[in-house]
Amino acid sequence: MAMELDVFVGNTTIMDEEVYQLWLDGYTVNDAVKVRMEGGVLEECEASADVLLSDTMDQYRTFQMCERLLHSPAKLANQLLFQIPPHRQAVLIERYYTFDDAFVREVLGKKLSKGTKKDLDDISAKTAVTLKSCRRQFDNFKRVFKVVEELKGPLVENIRQHFLLSDKLARDYAAIVFFANNRFETGKRKLQYITFQDFAFCAGQLINNWTVGAVDNMVEDMDVDLDKEFLQELKELKVLITDKDLLDQHKSLVCTALRGKTKAFNEMEANFKNLSRGLVNIAAKLTNTKDVRDFFIDLVEKFIEPCRSDRWTAADMRLYLTHYTNSAHILDTFK
Amino acid sequence: MPGKLKAKIVAGRHLPVMDRASDLTDAFVEVKFGNTTFKTDVCPKSLNPQWNSEWFKFEVDDEDLQDEPLQITVLDHDTYSANDAIGKVYIDIDPLLCSEAASVISGWFPIYDTIHGIRGEINVLVKVELFNDLNRFRQSSCGVKFFCTTSIPRCYRVAMVHGFVEELVVNEDPEYQWIDRIRTPRASNEARQRLISLMSGELQRKIGLKVLEMGGNAVVGYLQCFDLEGESGLVVRAIGTACTLDKLSSGSAPNTTTHVHPNTAPASNACNSPSKDGKESPLAHGCRSTHNSPVHSACSSQRLSQNFSVSVPTLIFTGMGSGGSAGKEAGPLKTLLRQQTQTALEQREFPFFTLTSFPLGFLVHVGGVVSARSVKLLDRIHNPDEPETRDAWWEEIRQEIKSHAKALGCHAVVGYSESTSICEEVCILSASGTASILNPRYMREGCLDIGNTDHRFEEPSPPSCGFCHIPYDELNMPFPAQLTYCHHCRRQKVPDVLFTTIDMPSEAAVSGKGCLIQARLCRLKKKAQGEVNATVISNLLPFMEYELHTQLMNKLKLRNMNALFGLQIQISVGENMLLGLASATGVYLTALPAPGGIQIAGKTPIDLSNEHHILTIQKRINDTIAKNRELYQINPPKLFALDPEVFGGINMELTEEVVGSPIPEPRQRSRLFRSHSESSDELSELDLSHGKKDAFVLEIDDTDAVEDIHSLLTDAPPPSGFYSCNTEIMPGIYNWTSAVQMFTSVRVFRLSNVNLTNQGLNKIFTDLCENLLKSFYFKLRSMIPCCLCHLNFTVAVPEDELIQVAVTAVAMTFDKDQTQERTADKPVTKGCSETEEQLQFPLELFADSSSTNTQTSSKISGVPESTGVSPRAASVDYGSFADRCSTWLELLRLKAHTIRRGSVKTSRRTQSLAHSASSLDRCSPLPEGRSRSLRSNRSFGGGSVTVVKMTPLSFLPGTRIIKYLGIINMFFIRETTSLREEGGVSGFLHSFIAEVFAMVRAHVAALGGNAVVSYSMKECMLMENPHKNQAQCLINVSGDAVICVLETDQEPMSSTTSIGQTCTSGAT
Repeated sequence: MAMELDVFVGNTTIMDEEVYQLWLDGYTVNDAVKVRMEGGVLEECEASADVLLSDTMDQYRTFQMCERLLHSPAKLANQLLFQIPPHRQAVLIERYYTFDDAFVREVLGKKLSKGTKKDLDDISAKTAVTLKSCRRQFDNFKRVFKVVEELKGPLVENIRQHFLLSDKLARDYAAIVFFANNRFETGKRKLQYITFQDFAFCAGQLINNWTVGAVDNMVEDMDVDLDKEFLQELKELKVLITDKDLLDQHKSLVCTALRGKTKAFNEMEANFKNLSRGLVNIAAKLTNTKDVRDFFIDLVEKFIEPCRSDRWTAADMRLYLTHYTNSAHILDTFK
Repeated sequence: MPGKLKAKIVAGRHLPVMDRASDLTDAFVEVKFGNTTFKTDVCPKSLNPQWNSEWFKFEVDDEDLQDEPLQITVLDHDTYSANDAIGKVYIDIDPLLCSEAASVISGWFPIYDTIHGIRGEINVLVKVELFNDLNRFRQSSCGVKFFCTTSIPRCYRVAMVHGFVEELVVNEDPEYQWIDRIRTPRASNEARQRLISLMSGELQRKIGLKVLEMGGNAVVGYLQCFDLEGESGLVVRAIGTACTLDKLSSGSAPNTTTHVHPNTAPASNACNSPSKDGKESPLAHGCRSTHNSPVHSACSSQRLSQNFSVSVPTLIFTGMGSGGSAGKEAGPLKTLLRQQTQTALEQREFPFFTLTSFPLGFLVHVGGVVSARSVKLLDRIHNPDEPETRDAWWEEIRQEIKSHAKALGCHAVVGYSESTSICEEVCILSASGTASILNPRYMREGCLDIGNTDHRFEEPSPPSCGFCHIPYDELNMPFPAQLTYCHHCRRQKVPDVLFTTIDMPSEAAVSGKGCLIQARLCRLKKKAQGEVNATVISNLLPFMEYELHTQLMNKLKLRNMNALFGLQIQISVGENMLLGLASATGVYLTALPAPGGIQIAGKTPIDLSNEHHILTIQKRINDTIAKNRELYQINPPKLFALDPEVFGGINMELTEEVVGSPIPEPRQRSRLFRSHSESSDELSELDLSHGKKDAFVLEIDDTDAVEDIHSLLTDAPPPSGFYSCNTEIMPGIYNWTSAVQMFTSVRVFRLSNVNLTNQGLNKIFTDLCENLLKSFYFKLRSMIPCCLCHLNFTVAVPEDELIQVAVTAVAMTFDKDQTQERTADKPVTKGCSETEEQLQFPLELFADSSSTNTQTSSKISGVPESTGVSPRAASVDYGSFADRCSTWLELLRLKAHTIRRGSVKTSRRTQSLAHSASSLDRCSPLPEGRSRSLRSNRSFGGGSVTVVKMTPLSFLPGTRIIKYLGIINMFFIRETTSLREEGGVSGFLHSFIAEVFAMVRAHVAALGGNAVVSYSMKECMLMENPHKNQAQCLINVSGDAVICVLETDQEPMSSTTSIGQTCTSGAT
């Protein structure tokens, strides 16, 4: 039956989590009805397709009305329009801010600008995430970015408090914000194999160790910008590759420590100079914004790929880097 | 100058951006009462302004305090141009005028604008200092309490019921033609909101005055309605029942109200001389399906050029069939009692009561439904101060109702209500109620004190069947009815079917569960003007009532039930059609005879195929009846009737066929009756010639009948796990758990096909209602097992080709295991006093509540265990009284046990819900339980919004109302000029209804309450103009704001309950 008007409003707002997910995923009402029918909800409840359509429309309208509130989740708790139990509010928010890994991988490190937004249809085609969903996710990134941009204090904590997200999701958003701010290039083909979670881990490490916030926790943008002074100081590492004696000394220290501990020892020893040069060069260039953007490409090209071609294992890599760092500390220059 | 009103504007939040340049707002507030206005300072550049104003003081008459609302307007300051209004808040300060209700109004109110809806919130504090006024000629009625609830409010005791109060006020509608006038619709809608707020204040004050005059202190069952008569003006009218209420001390159990004198149900029976009103012989009405002779409506139409009116003959719905046998002599004492009652009631002009449920013993006998309708032509109200015409119209109708009640041998009408339907200049006024005989004890001065002396009048008639006994004289019946001796007490006569507008008395003995029964009907009519139109309508009305009644009766039989409660018949008029919708809750009353089946008969069984066809239909009907009996668990208690001790030697088997009864009610007679016809002289005047046929025979010789049968069989039963009713509680379900979900749903259907027939239209209308119900079942599936209670359907024909159906109801969960047990032991509980039972439950609960948690893990999986228990309960031996007593105790213990288990189970369920919040299959709307409040406080720092529950019922399951804070009566208009952008009419109305809920909740929370009971949406009038991208909607809602606490908490306002907690946080 075609209804001119059909609404259902509960005192406690009724929300079906399955329909919410369909809405978030950008399904149209009709597609959502199809999906639900296939899900067998009809047989369970002796209902007809009309009922399902009407229910889906109602829910979609509710979600649309709620969307405005979800943009500033803190409002959801003290708005009066919808009576939603707190645990349900939390679910609504968490789901709304959840993103697709495939999508985020495409925009990670890109400027969250109108230009990027225009490319969303390409991304949608590529990732099979609906355009509507892409827009929502993109707008979420942008919104979080804008809000935390002007806030003092730790990035993850700010995101968690302003958007009432779980710790995990807040960390992911921190990574997105961090990448967007520093415009790290992540889209090159060579970087495709790296997942979002890999990058998020790197972001966490960078935030904890390389940003202003790592030393002083009460300045603006503390967790978003890399510490300039620190980057400047990295230049001093150059001595490790320019000073021939030092390079040899370093190498021998590392090799002594590694000997017998890994199968890839020979390759390590043979490539030491190249690898060390690669690492130090990357570090020394980071005062340049352009080189910061290429940080991950450089790492892959200059360091990871050579290691991979030598068939290092992850354990090898960890061992090598640990001793590489420790040995450097022993060198007289750095004492 | 007896009152001082003080208001303080604290702060605002979430204000809209009014200045595009700065993305901020410079807000200030105007506070207005009467003609006095105060302003706050401008709080520049903030969306969350803190005004923290001084106390604005208004010194006013208490008359104004009652009439006027406090008006708060939030504006955006603009240096160069006029200040822009952001929105308004109207605060009804009436609750503050009553010492027992709220003492302060404090909280966040949504700022409402007719165009933009809710735009942020404002925090306001309001107080009233009232000086005592001893002026006898005062115009105010401060202190009179108003309740929408149609029963005695839970924390009060009724000292005296004074009776009917009514009042109406009229005014010009500030702007009827909102689209075409020069004034902006916004301005006129605001004027309208203000005016109606003012008028309802005035109306309430005037009613209050009448109550004071009668010596009462409260109005219960207050029903206020608006008639937007268009150009002829705006009428606000109200009816209610004046009472004197005593507040119970907070410690006492809520049940005591309804059990003031549990054992004093006097059984005044068969009256000697029912006052027969010679002329107004009612139209008796059975369930007859022959459609060969059209009803001859004896319209007494007075044609007046100015004030045209057609009065429509009224139908009295009761049982049918024909004359019973000689009645017993009524003892002299009973006559005395009756005389007392008569005088107590006959002093009143209208012995009407808007109540639908009563203290035990108040309702003595029920006669049947009485209703009256009248078609009027609206003309301009010339002098708003003297609304005589409208008064006279209602007066006329009430007189008619009164005389119908008299004809039924009754002196009172209960469950009384009035309504209108307006289309252009034609208006149908309707009134209906249940004719009954009341116990005069509650209507005399100091009645409760002499309550004990009444004992000499009493016969030990069980309260579970007393109300079914006929009030009219058997020899002199007002209509043909088939009487039998009460199947319960065997002493008095009962009709075979009972229709009422009231709730089922809690003490009534039923078998199985009830269900919602609806009759739906559309009738096309030609477009016409003025008197012609009115005549056409009034000619159609009796046919409609007749058909609705036939449908109801058939559906009742089909469900194997014999009584209807909460019957509401609504007739809506449109330009080219009339809609009729009758809703009621069907029940099997064990006191009444078992309903016979439905027999199909062809008129001329000539050819075999026809015969075959009839047989198949008959088979389908029989199958459906059998299925329904199982579905609603209807098992008339045969065993119980065998017990000689209870029935004083009358031993008869109570099966479907009544056999071997010493009472002159042999089976032969009823069988004879099936084939023969008996005429009743009483009826000759209005008998429709099918009064002579057996009620249960459906003849299918014409298309109408085929259609009827078809519609009978297409009504789908609710899916398993669901029950539905339109009364307060569902007969047969007792173990409610605390989850409630109130909802409002509106559907509008556009008739696309221009050449519609009555049949086609009926089908559409029926499908519309059925689909609505299906939709509810689907949406609320996560609450199973659950019952939709108080399903209140409102139909309207807003435009030519539109049918609008609006429904408000509440879904409540119950514990399934216990239901089964309860039904199993039902025959046992029946004869005994309900009080005992009701008291014992909570006690046992209290005692064991501490140990519940420890038992959880072991008992929670006890479903098989409980099913193992129930057969034991069912096989209880009824042989001797002593035996029964011991089993009874055992049962009680069992029951308490399962309750414990049940409550544990639900709390577990909500908890697991909270934890598995991420799992997809959970979409439950039930947010109850402690787990939730704990969570909320932990993770969200106790968000400042109070949870306010709403329900159309007079109670919330699992909770106890400890305070009534005042009546909520709100009227909103919303309009839009960007309909498409707001998601079409659906989007527009969806957000409007959500906004109305939000505003009701905010007002309740500001009064310090946490729930609204007896909530109803009286009006939902939608006008749209899609071509202009415009729409407008009016909504009127009402209810009682209350504070309630969980039943298990002995300390009121205990802070461990979710409710108590939110309450205290809301008050800060």
